[in-house]
Amino acid sequence: MPLHPQHWLRPMPGGLYCEPGGFFIDPSRPVDRAIVTHGHGDHARAGHGRVAATTETLAIMAARYGEGFARETQALAYGERISLGDVTLMLEPAGHILGSAQVVLEHDGCRAVISGDYKRRYDPTCPPFTPVKCDVFVTEATFGLPVFRHPPDKNEIAKVLHARELFPDRSVLIGVYALGKCQRVIALLRRAGYDRPIYLHGALQALTQLYESRGVALGPTASVAGMVPAQLKSEIVLCPPSAIGEVWSRRMGDPVPAVASGWMRIRARARQARAELPLIISDHCDWDELLQTVRDVDAPEVWVTHGREEALIHAIQQTGRKARALSLIGYEDEE
Amino acid sequence: MQLFADLLDALSYQPARNGKLRLMEDYLRHAPDPDRGYALAALCGELDLPSLKPAALRDMTIAQIDPELFHWSYDYVGDLAETIALIWPTGNTTTHAPPRLSEVIERLRLAGRAEAMTLMSDWLDGLDATGRWALLKLAAGALRVGVSARLAKTALSALGTVSLEEIEETWPQHQPPYTELIQWVAGGEKPAARNTLGFRPLMLSHPIEESDLANFAPHDFCAEWKWDGIRVQVAAAAGQVRLYSRAGEDISGAFPDLIEQVDFEAVLDGELLVARHRNGAVEVASFNDLQQRLNRKKPTPALLASSPAHVRLYDALIIGNDDLRALPLRERRQHLEAWYGEKPRPRFDLSPLIQFADWSELARLRADARAAGIEGLMLKRWESPYIAGRVKGHWFKWKRDALTIDAVLMYAQRGHGKRSSFYSDFTFGCWRPFVDENGNPGRELVPVGKAYSGFTDEELRKLDRWVRNNTVERFGPVRVLSPGLVAEFEFDSVHESTRHKSGIALRFPRFHRIRWDKPANEADEVETLRKLMT
Ligand SMILES: [Zn+2]
Ligand SMILES: [Zn+2]
Repeated sequence: MPLHPQHWLRPMPGGLYCEPGGFFIDPSRPVDRAIVTHGHGDHARAGHGRVAATTETLAIMAARYGEGFARETQALAYGERISLGDVTLMLEPAGHILGSAQVVLEHDGCRAVISGDYKRRYDPTCPPFTPVKCDVFVTEATFGLPVFRHPPDKNEIAKVLHARELFPDRSVLIGVYALGKCQRVIALLRRAGYDRPIYLHGALQALTQLYESRGVALGPTASVAGMVPAQLKSEIVLCPPSAIGEVWSRRMGDPVPAVASGWMRIRARARQARAELPLIISDHCDWDELLQTVRDVDAPEVWVTHGREEALIHAIQQTGRKARALSLIGYEDEE
Repeated sequence: MQLFADLLDALSYQPARNGKLRLMEDYLRHAPDPDRGYALAALCGELDLPSLKPAALRDMTIAQIDPELFHWSYDYVGDLAETIALIWPTGNTTTHAPPRLSEVIERLRLAGRAEAMTLMSDWLDGLDATGRWALLKLAAGALRVGVSARLAKTALSALGTVSLEEIEETWPQHQPPYTELIQWVAGGEKPAARNTLGFRPLMLSHPIEESDLANFAPHDFCAEWKWDGIRVQVAAAAGQVRLYSRAGEDISGAFPDLIEQVDFEAVLDGELLVARHRNGAVEVASFNDLQQRLNRKKPTPALLASSPAHVRLYDALIIGNDDLRALPLRERRQHLEAWYGEKPRPRFDLSPLIQFADWSELARLRADARAAGIEGLMLKRWESPYIAGRVKGHWFKWKRDALTIDAVLMYAQRGHGKRSSFYSDFTFGCWRPFVDENGNPGRELVPVGKAYSGFTDEELRKLDRWVRNNTVERFGPVRVLSPGLVAEFEFDSVHESTRHKSGIALRFPRFHRIRWDKPANEADEVETLRKLMT
């Protein structure tokens, strides 16, 4: 009789713990052995003993925290199987950001997949999510309400290009998360045929260079430092969302403030972010994609980690599957 | 519908007037007829669609969606129309094409309530989330995207060489979808005139200072009091009457007491006031009383009795069939006086002319005039024809000197548009006596007004820095400031107010000077303001 994952995979105060393997996944506090799904700060923290992750995730962590972010690191290729104690472990693409991975665990005849953060739609900066059939699927629920249905990315990029035509005397200043969103927005602009240099706030440059060094072609980018408003007319500038409407943004003159995030679907959130141009571009699944993924991996049981769990659990239960909240703490809604 | 939806969506996020104009102009250029005319009518608030009950729309949605999911979503989003727009099932989009705006309006106008719900359901199936949101706003009867009728017409005028004044003048002759009008503005033929009830844009004045007067000859000018009401145009033709505000908005409905007295055919220019008859004299009430009338679209009989409306006339554009606009003011005034003399009407009177020999005499009269209802003086060149808009050199307003007070900055909020990164909106306060819970007498600051203007860009930057360094607390977007900065504020007058803790309200307060030097405890007292009350 195979041993159900509930007996060997448990939520602990520090994160999800796999007992027969002796490791945590995305632990929120320092542990001896960690598997890290991707480089976002709430999933990848410094100070662990041993960290296993994709090469790209390890590089991102080194760029953010310095080379000594863990005592020992182990780089895993997608699809490469390793054994940790009694557990076989493998990483599969999660389609969230560069290097993001799902953790596939097999133990005693059962398979659990911990998806980390993930998305299903096309992203030129990372390989697509691969559905893996499993007994237990662990999912996030950042956009776990049926009001979240992201429009096609190309509509949103078209809004940016249209704003340039409408306001030729202004720059378009897009607030983006420094890791993932920034590079994806650049790549989407390139796909839409935009070939002018894209100007970057200082906080976005290192990770953008890292993406390029990993073979993600993003076209010409340049620092916005030292530029004056007259030089930035009708140019596109990217900055962290927190810089919109702050003292720093005055250097752009009178920019069209835009914010690229799944939260821009909600008008009150867009107004709060002071976006004149809210761009609904997300690195997480929307509602339909969350449910589609549950069907694709065909798991009889789903555990929900963070986000708006109750609605997602309710909807999954309606399809005849088991679903429950793990109530892991330490993960944020940031995107 | 999609283009219109995208326009509303962009307008709802666009804080700046120029930005809104640009968006509307772009839409009007690219949207086809008759859709763009209907859009214009919707933006001007002129569409009369049967309003659909929010509860009915909600029930229609829940019928297709798990109710639990709906409630969680509504809780999260907080706005019913937005929730419906976002949650509406999208599986049916392939069977229904998105409707055109003209189709939506033409069919909704004629539909009964039940049929309207079926139509809505089909349209919601065909639209994307933004389209659904716009459709629901349209059906709710209020767009609320921060666009006035005048701003929409200004955007229309940008399509060609027809001026806003010309558009406003012909506007009432047309009906949605305004196809002839738009085609004319966009370069086509001018449509033939049809009636005379339309609003004729007003002739406006320029501010003048005492020092400018030396260049003018006193006998070239007529002087009148500048009344503290609102400028209106009374247009009466073919048994119908319209009362227009300065911007051409039809406010007839709020003033039945005036309208019922109109038994003439003319287009007259004057000041709308609240005035009471006492011992044969007309007594002008404070602007506050007028404000109460303006706030009520349908006045109660009690309000009509206590605050009767009155128009003080100062010009005539048309009397009977005679268009007087090309005549000089001297002759127009004679026509007006002759016409009024034939049959005086109690709710109307003529703005009296002030006799004066030279500018210094007029300056004396102006300085003495602090009575209620007077804001200053108007100087009009006797030779001036009646020309729409703010033409130079004809009419001048010589306002009474503003009042000033020293007050302490208390709260700050960020501005909008270009100013969105600056703390530019301030609440200021004055001192008043106060006894604490131990019975010790002291003084406290109470807010007396809000000001957003009157400083230079350089001063704005300094103020912004000061706010960031002197915040003691935050409530959402509002910063509470430590009481350390005094500014001199200008305002036009002080009124009693039950809405404010201080019991008073200022009219048009703005920054005059920032007193970086002055300690907060030397700012003025509320009592000082009370003494300035008119
Ligand atoms: Zn993430
Ligand atoms: Zn996350």
